[in-house]
Amino acid sequence: MSQGKKIDEVTGVETTGHVWDGDIYELNKPLPRWWLYTFYISILWAIGYWIVYPAWPTINGYTKGVLNYSQRDQVKQDIEAWKSGHAKYRTQIAQMSLADIRKNDELFQFSIAGGGALFGENCAGCHGRGAQGGIGYPNLNDDDWLWGGDLDKIHQTIAFGIRSGNPNAHDSAMPRFGTDKVLDEAQIRDTANFVRSLSHLDVDQEAAKRGAQIFADNCAACHGDQGKGNQDMGAPNLTDAIWLYGSSQEAVMQSIRTGRGGAMPAWSERLDPVAVKMLTLFVYSLGGGQAEAASASAPAAGADKPK
Amino acid sequence: MQDVLDERSGLSDTLALISAVIIGAIGLVFAFAGEEEILRLQGLIVLAAAVAAGFYVATHPTNLRQEKRSGYFDGPIRVATVACVFWGIVGFLVGDILAWQLSFPALNFDLPWTNFGRLRPVHTSAVIFAFGGNALIATSLYVVQRTSQARLPGKWAPWFVVWGYQLFIVIAASGYLMGVTQGKEYAEPEWYADILLTVVWVAYLLVFLGTLKDRQEPHIYVANWFFLGFIVTVAMLHIVNNLALPVSFLGTLSYPLFPGVQGAMTQWWYGHNAVGFFLTAGFLGIMYYFIPKRAERPVYSYRLSIVHFWSLIFLYIWAGPHHLHYTALPEWAQTLGMTFSIMLWMPSWGGMINGLMTLSGAWDKLRTDPVIRLLVVSVAFYGMSTFEGPLMSIKEVNSLSHYTDWTIGHVHSGALGWVGMISFGAVYCLVPWLWKRQGLYSMKLVEWHFWLAMIGIVLYISSMWVAGITQGLMWRAYDRLGFLKYSFIETVEAMHWPYVIRAAGGALFLLGGLIMAYNVWRTIRGDQPVDVRDQAAVAAAPELRPGVIAMPAE
Repeated sequence: MSQGKKIDEVTGVETTGHVWDGDIYELNKPLPRWWLYTFYISILWAIGYWIVYPAWPTINGYTKGVLNYSQRDQVKQDIEAWKSGHAKYRTQIAQMSLADIRKNDELFQFSIAGGGALFGENCAGCHGRGAQGGIGYPNLNDDDWLWGGDLDKIHQTIAFGIRSGNPNAHDSAMPRFGTDKVLDEAQIRDTANFVRSLSHLDVDQEAAKRGAQIFADNCAACHGDQGKGNQDMGAPNLTDAIWLYGSSQEAVMQSIRTGRGGAMPAWSERLDPVAVKMLTLFVYSLGGGQAEAASASAPAAGADKPK
Repeated sequence: MQDVLDERSGLSDTLALISAVIIGAIGLVFAFAGEEEILRLQGLIVLAAAVAAGFYVATHPTNLRQEKRSGYFDGPIRVATVACVFWGIVGFLVGDILAWQLSFPALNFDLPWTNFGRLRPVHTSAVIFAFGGNALIATSLYVVQRTSQARLPGKWAPWFVVWGYQLFIVIAASGYLMGVTQGKEYAEPEWYADILLTVVWVAYLLVFLGTLKDRQEPHIYVANWFFLGFIVTVAMLHIVNNLALPVSFLGTLSYPLFPGVQGAMTQWWYGHNAVGFFLTAGFLGIMYYFIPKRAERPVYSYRLSIVHFWSLIFLYIWAGPHHLHYTALPEWAQTLGMTFSIMLWMPSWGGMINGLMTLSGAWDKLRTDPVIRLLVVSVAFYGMSTFEGPLMSIKEVNSLSHYTDWTIGHVHSGALGWVGMISFGAVYCLVPWLWKRQGLYSMKLVEWHFWLAMIGIVLYISSMWVAGITQGLMWRAYDRLGFLKYSFIETVEAMHWPYVIRAAGGALFLLGGLIMAYNVWRTIRGDQPVDVRDQAAVAAAPELRPGVIAMPAE
């Protein structure tokens, strides 16, 4: 369909002479100079880069480049530098007891920094970035501990976990009073009323009175006569305002009905011993860490300590 | 001569019927002998499609002599145009659902088929292959006929291309929803869907080449170079990347032929060139026809189109390794991927210059014709994302941007801005032209669509830049002792508001798409345009323009 070349009126440029679909023309413009030169420059830049860095495959290897740079060597060096910067702290942390590290300011600060990073990557998923916990996951900022809050107890919990399958793990099981038909629904309601009355929540006093006896028969063995809990069995204190699974009547009934038993991994199976120690110190530092003397479940250990 | 034509009519119907029987038989085997429920269900879908096609062929015998007289072959193009709009809405909707899921994870609803992992490939495949693919099939078959002054060959082959492609989409998407995937990004369909697509694609190539062969022009128009480059390269990419061994010919699972880092390299050679040849070369083909046609201005530079075509084709194919910076991929391959990406910058921009500068002497149409505005703004987004791409391929930049939402923003400035906007422009051109209308039902609604899409895109990409750069900087933040400053979950929390803004932008884009669907439906239905006097003369079908005499193919 060539109709011969013509001059485009607007631009004054000649067309190529092709006409497509009746009215599409093409102008015979040269390549824009800036475009062409930028293209050349990008090619020259690429060639320069090939000379400097690893670039082209050869029969038995590749061109290494004049800098002899290697990405993998660089990573290796960076990791080595990072490790060697930490080496002196890590050796000391490995050798010293938790209590001694706690007293050494430099090591304690290092442990908190490293433990914080470890906590973010490993623990925050359940306990929250601020260690504030959530339903089923304890808040680690307060002094209400399920399994004890002194350095050694925290270390034990982190290293071996809770119901983790590790032979040294904390282990205990709350009975499923409803599921296993130990208590009927009315008894569960009464017990829940009593349990909630321990922390002065609004309850049905009549039901709570009936529940007191059920509590004494079924619950006190672990939670104590006063409901103050027992850290050797991970049985929570029921008299405070801290509720792992919620304080509503329904939540408490659900706990009694099906039992509760959260699980936590044994971190010694995943992290090295120094990391577990650093994590321990970090968790200890969050605000709820207890001196051994203050630990309710370890009065004997506390007796040795000077006050 | 007449006898030969009659015999060829009979032959073409017989071949079409045989194809329907073969495909139906495969569907039947899957439906009854398939080892998994999903395969049996998909077998039924294939069987139903083959029966319907066979029935239609049997009741519509071909009369080639009559066909030859009827000018261009536009029926399949009409189907592909409607399919493009339909799948576009599906793709945008699923994408926006995913965006809200990322902002509020509870929206996963804990159901297997609504979770992010299964819906994501539905979104990506629906927008790239279903929306974009149908736009490409419709426009390429339209353009190749007009610029070659020739009719598509055969009677059934073009129909097979269009309906076979829809069948592939349905098989792929139903598989994703029920958990069938080979886990390769943009190449998720399993082996049997891949084979179906290969057959359809080869038919597409033959139909396209057949039209070019019959052309009445001494030369091949530039748009057709790009379309042909797209069709040929996508065939090659699809076949090589999907080389896999099925565990059973009656099961869905297969294992890829290339292991480990070779598999990764093959995947990103495929993945990057899906961008390069599907989403770039193919859509440049659209640009090279619809912008000069709609603006009624000559293409800015023929020479630039030659040089940028060949340099683009040659350079793009090497750029894939930039998706694998700082991985197990050898460093030399990363270097090549990066340097070829940089060299690709100007060849990509050649298309932008030719697209924008074609408007010389007609810039006023940007104000008066929203369809031109869609087409031209798409080219601007094209220029932006083809600058951003080489920038992000530089290793040092990539070490910040990789794995962050910056990548998502980059992809969407290309997908929403370039691919989406130019497809909308092409659909608004094609619908009145194909259905022989005086114009679109409403140009005012196109105006609305343009601004909703525009604001949606701006919200989308700016929030993703913020999100991505924030993420990248948080990931690499260390304290003075060399410990990570932020945990991963903190970087996720920081994404919440950008994600909400992104989802809101996506909702606007979807709303624009719905307006387009309404406008297209009213136009096809034949409603009198409400503002025909505000529409450019070229908005009308060629036959209905004042002073134009329709030109038949022969």
